[in-house]
Amino acid sequence: MREENAAIEALLATQYDQVLRDWLAEVASAGDRTGGRGGATTSTNEANELLMALRIGAKADGDLEKFDDPAWSGVRDALAVISRDRAAKGSTAGETNHFILSLKKPLFSGLQQQFAKDAARLVAMLWRISTLVDKMAQHTITTFQRSREDVIMRQQQELLELSTPVVKLWDSVLAVPMIGTLSSTRTQLVLESLLQRIVDTGSQLAIIDITGVPTVDTLVAQHLLKSVTAIRLMGADSIISGVRPQIAQTIVHLGIDLQGVTTKASLADALALAMKLVGYSVTRTAKA
Amino acid sequence: MTAPTSGSIPVLSEQDIVLCRQLVRKLTQELRFSLVDQTKMITAASELSRNTVTYGGGGVMRWQLLTEGTRNGLRLAFEDKGPGIADLALAMTDGWTSGKGLGLGLTGSKRLVSEFDIRSAPGEGTCVTIARWK
Amino acid sequence: MQRIPILRMGRVLLVTIQVDLQDQTALALQDDLSEMITRTGARGVLIDISALELVDSFIGRMLVGISGIARVLDAQAVVVGMQPAVAITLVELGLSLSGVRTALNVERGMALLVHDQQEGQA
Repeated sequence: MREENAAIEALLATQYDQVLRDWLAEVASAGDRTGGRGGATTSTNEANELLMALRIGAKADGDLEKFDDPAWSGVRDALAVISRDRAAKGSTAGETNHFILSLKKPLFSGLQQQFAKDAARLVAMLWRISTLVDKMAQHTITTFQRSREDVIMRQQQELLELSTPVVKLWDSVLAVPMIGTLSSTRTQLVLESLLQRIVDTGSQLAIIDITGVPTVDTLVAQHLLKSVTAIRLMGADSIISGVRPQIAQTIVHLGIDLQGVTTKASLADALALAMKLVGYSVTRTAKA
Repeated sequence: MTAPTSGSIPVLSEQDIVLCRQLVRKLTQELRFSLVDQTKMITAASELSRNTVTYGGGGVMRWQLLTEGTRNGLRLAFEDKGPGIADLALAMTDGWTSGKGLGLGLTGSKRLVSEFDIRSAPGEGTCVTIARWK
Repeated sequence: MQRIPILRMGRVLLVTIQVDLQDQTALALQDDLSEMITRTGARGVLIDISALELVDSFIGRMLVGISGIARVLDAQAVVVGMQPAVAITLVELGLSLSGVRTALNVERGMALLVHDQQEGQA
């Protein structure tokens, strides 16, 4: 067995609680709040899991140079839990990093006691153990960043859904209002949303309402045409509504070919047409 | 021990086009690109690797993971030692819609990526470099 | 070599593409379909691409090709199930696959083919 691992094992076998206490004290001294927000218990539990996993890894004689050694799998798992948890709670990367690196002090002190008489061996071991803890910190940060990205992506998705509502107007008819100036990224996100809803609802018609778009220039027209083409490729049809007289003039003026897509001045007209196209007729019941 | 951040694969035959797609899919998935961005990058790679095979007489695709601060990205370079393109301006004209151009799909691929660079001259082969940031 | 199987359902040929298509597989499919339409007198061809995560210019041209060939052979082709990400990418690439009929899924595609055949016989 590597002597570092034997030393770690020996240390944790005899002074586990001391090491754990010293570690948490070190963490608290830097004012780590987030573990504390969940209660000091969360920090303690996290540290405990990690320390136990470290002991198991040392016992299995893991290679301190190779963090992907199977012996350290328990450690990697514990670290992943810690970073995901902290990412969700809003810890900073710095705090999370510090949490892991604080483990060095109690480990070093413990080893110093064991090897007080042999400075050369002590230095070599401290170096290797320091490297291992550094790798643990690195691993935590990577997982931490990924978890944060997931949180951000989820929030972006929610924000997107709120700001580009794709509305189901009728059986088989969806509508999406295009608001403000269409930026390329925004149009694409709206389009993605719409196309996915077409799949989810099995809709046959999409009404794209451009009432909220101030001007139609070649760029806007291009985006509209791309949307209409994409909708068609998926097997649905489109109607463009909210085409004001000025917009109609601009379209003709610019020579934009709408490729056979029907346009309507109002959303109401578009809906009436859409319902007819999907096979519904609306009758008015006589008032009593 | 650390995963490689760059590499290259040969692009000599049709089967290699499929391998290119699979590799780019793997890389963009690891970089956590959105599904649409993944699809765009893989499609661009498919187009460009096909050019390398069909017009370049075969070559290589070099890939490189990019990091700039917190941003991550992927760069791909398609190189061949083929005949080269004499008229780059013409090559960059839309082939399908205008009926002109060389039908190389270069402008189309360009729209799928954030960065696009092409170097080519008769007798000097061709190198098309594309990149996409997350 | 990869070969995409073609299922025959009455007068409709059904093709489900589930693999990462090599160029020559796409060409073979075009050949096989043309041959089968002629041999069986099929009136409809349904191409299910719901499992395709990639449609590039080559595959796009193949779909346009199959549509055209079918038309010449007095049959109707419908491409169904394009994935949203693929549709967006295709459009950005500059391909509109005009002339290719599309439907949301196999069910709708079949309904379209049946409807057309009925119209044709009317």
